[in-house]
Amino acid sequence: MTTLAGTGPLVRFALRRDRLMIPLWISLVALTLITSPRTLKGIYSTPADRADLLATMRTNSSLRALYGPALSDSLGGLAVWRVGAWGALFAGAMSLLIVVRHTRDEEESGRQEMVSAAMVGRRAPLTAALLTALVANATVALLIAAGMTVTAGDGFAGALALGLATGGTGMVFATLAAIVAQFTESARLARGVSAGLLGAAFVLRAAGDAGTADASSPLTWASPIGWLENVRAYAGERWWVLLLFVAAVAAQGAVAYALTGRRDVGMSFLPSRPGPAAGRLGSAGALAWRLQRGAVIGWSLSFLASGAALGGVTAGATDLVGDNQATRRMIERMGGQSGLTDAFLSAMVGLLGMVAALYVVQSVLRMHGEETSGRAEPVLTGAVGRVRWASGHLVIAFAGAVLIMLLGGLGLAAGYGHGLGPILGACLVQLPAIWTLGGLAVLLYGATPRAAMAAWGVAGAVLLLGWLGPALKVPQSVMDLSPFGHLPKLPGGGMAWSPVVLLTVVAVGCVGAGVAGVRRRDTAG
Amino acid sequence: MTKAITVSGLHKSFGGTHALDGLDLDVETGEVHGFLGPNGAGKSTTIRVLLGLLRADSGALRLLGGDPWSDAVELHRKVAYVPGDVTLWRNLSGGEVIDLYGRLRGGLDTQRRAELIERFELDPTKKGRTYSKGNRQKVALVAAFAAADVDLLILDEPTSGLDPLMEEVFQAYVREAARERGQTVLLSSHILSEVEELCDRVSIIRKGRTVESGSLADLRHLTRTSVNAELADAPDGLGGLGGLPGVHALSVDGHRVRLQVDTDKLDAVLRSLTASGVRSLTSTPPTLEELFLRHYQEDGSSGAAAVAR
Repeated sequence: MTTLAGTGPLVRFALRRDRLMIPLWISLVALTLITSPRTLKGIYSTPADRADLLATMRTNSSLRALYGPALSDSLGGLAVWRVGAWGALFAGAMSLLIVVRHTRDEEESGRQEMVSAAMVGRRAPLTAALLTALVANATVALLIAAGMTVTAGDGFAGALALGLATGGTGMVFATLAAIVAQFTESARLARGVSAGLLGAAFVLRAAGDAGTADASSPLTWASPIGWLENVRAYAGERWWVLLLFVAAVAAQGAVAYALTGRRDVGMSFLPSRPGPAAGRLGSAGALAWRLQRGAVIGWSLSFLASGAALGGVTAGATDLVGDNQATRRMIERMGGQSGLTDAFLSAMVGLLGMVAALYVVQSVLRMHGEETSGRAEPVLTGAVGRVRWASGHLVIAFAGAVLIMLLGGLGLAAGYGHGLGPILGACLVQLPAIWTLGGLAVLLYGATPRAAMAAWGVAGAVLLLGWLGPALKVPQSVMDLSPFGHLPKLPGGGMAWSPVVLLTVVAVGCVGAGVAGVRRRDTAG
Repeated sequence: MTKAITVSGLHKSFGGTHALDGLDLDVETGEVHGFLGPNGAGKSTTIRVLLGLLRADSGALRLLGGDPWSDAVELHRKVAYVPGDVTLWRNLSGGEVIDLYGRLRGGLDTQRRAELIERFELDPTKKGRTYSKGNRQKVALVAAFAAADVDLLILDEPTSGLDPLMEEVFQAYVREAARERGQTVLLSSHILSEVEELCDRVSIIRKGRTVESGSLADLRHLTRTSVNAELADAPDGLGGLGGLPGVHALSVDGHRVRLQVDTDKLDAVLRSLTASGVRSLTSTPPTLEELFLRHYQEDGSSGAAAVAR
């Protein structure tokens, strides 16, 4: 077992390094689930409401695609329906970030060499990363099992099943990331690919659930998030489904271990190819585009595809809703105004907008990465002003948002089959809110570079609020904190210029203040 | 002669730490100026202020006749910089980076670029991550030496990671830059042979202040020479020599005498020795190492002890 020497100290070291990050993630995952029964109780207070909801979810494929099937009318069952898949998504994201951070990130930065030169076995870093993820996921599982027992009040079995399935999904993506991280040389790419696979698992589940009311579609079974639904927590638990998680973790873990024994430290199975001996890059802007084009292309394609997928389920959104006031209200609170189809489209456009804000934040923070890694320094010591340097990245961030929103709208209209003009218009109306979040990132980066990463937190909170807020009866005053809450509900609603103009002004002001900060402050390095 | 760089009374602090505490630096146009000091003395901070990356808290600064902060972009057309730790973009080849750096300054002399790549034995097709530390340095060095219209080279420990052969190549290009191309070079370095070989003048800084500045000959003069002599007659005790001003660490062993003497007091010591009939004499001027140790040590007494070793 000498290949595992040093695992113990490495786990303690990893937990020490992540002493802030892991508890925050654990709280996010656990609280998302644990707090939901109370709010759901307020919304679906009578048995009639719940029966109504179950009937809707049985018949409405579009809502099933978005939220998953409702399998039980107990409070716990409603919680699983409403936030179960999201808990699994967060657990997956947490796990893949932990594993990439303690494997490929360490190797890429060269820190791994120092560690591996000590009494540390070849497989110890991977083992330590997976154990760290296991500690986090086990904590999540325990917290959910205990917390849901209290808040849902529907017994311990369902809570335990939900906790184990959530933690299990996390471990599936931990071991998957352990494999992915050995095929890429950059941690950034490893995170991107793993997150893409996580997104694909969510989409597979959505596609499967659109087709069947009880999560029995093969597509659902193909997704670890679908397994969580099939554990049927609070709806006659099927414990054997948990074995799928165990099997997947074991199989993927075995592959990761086999790979790590055959690989040089710092190298990947997809080595980089030689590049040109001379280059055409001639300006800071061209460099920024070269650095970000991969991300822009990736986001563009996924927006086009997600738009098409969301458009495809739109046609079914209004089927058989009938007089169901609860559903109508829910869709309306998601962002719709009048006419269920328009309401649904409007909600989808809003969703695309909130996700596009993540793109802008990522793109803006690329500057932060360039500066702190020392790569901005040689550029800034050329005949390049700070504003010129920053503007290259900013154009990509802010114009890139226009591009991906238009592509998302194009996909949506193509999937839905008509309404191209209004849908594209609705997509463009999202931009001021997207830019406001991007502007906030620029402001944080320019004025307080140490706090730049907080922009992720803000964008994540806005997304969470926009997605879960409508069904969780979050007070309007809180909903109003999101810039997206102020936009006119299009298509369908009336255009309102004042919030659009106002948010644009806010965004421009934030960008201006941030750039002024970049001009005035010391460069990190 | 005009000055390429003048810095006087430069202060810069980060939070509570005073990185630069009244630093002075004068670099004449066309000279190779050594910039020395222990780790953490403030060399890189000074250089980053000169490059307009950091803003000075106070002090007067001129770089090629301009203000390093407000005229940064214009000045940088005429300045090439090589940091001590070059970080490259993982997905760009070395050749692409060299050309990018060149275009971001005043352009690149393609013939020199080809020659430099050959002399430094650099493979320009490899990508950022796959270069070793020495090779990453070479990428920045090629870009700096091949820059077409540069008046000032600022090199911050540029040869860390280079092998001795490449060190030779580097020195040849620095000499060429100063003598044939008329460029000014500010060279921060810990490699004393390199400084001794290349620099016309040096400035030594410690704790954010300049403690010594001048030509190497000037600096040598300020420190002590070791004298080792064998005399015909045993010296009359220690009295005669020991009483002379500037003599330290005197030891007499029969006919042999060893001592350290302040270099400007050497004359009197030699007179006294020849009076006793000199059979053999070695006199060693202070090495740059001794000079350094003297200035790098925390206080004067241990500095003297280091010189005495």
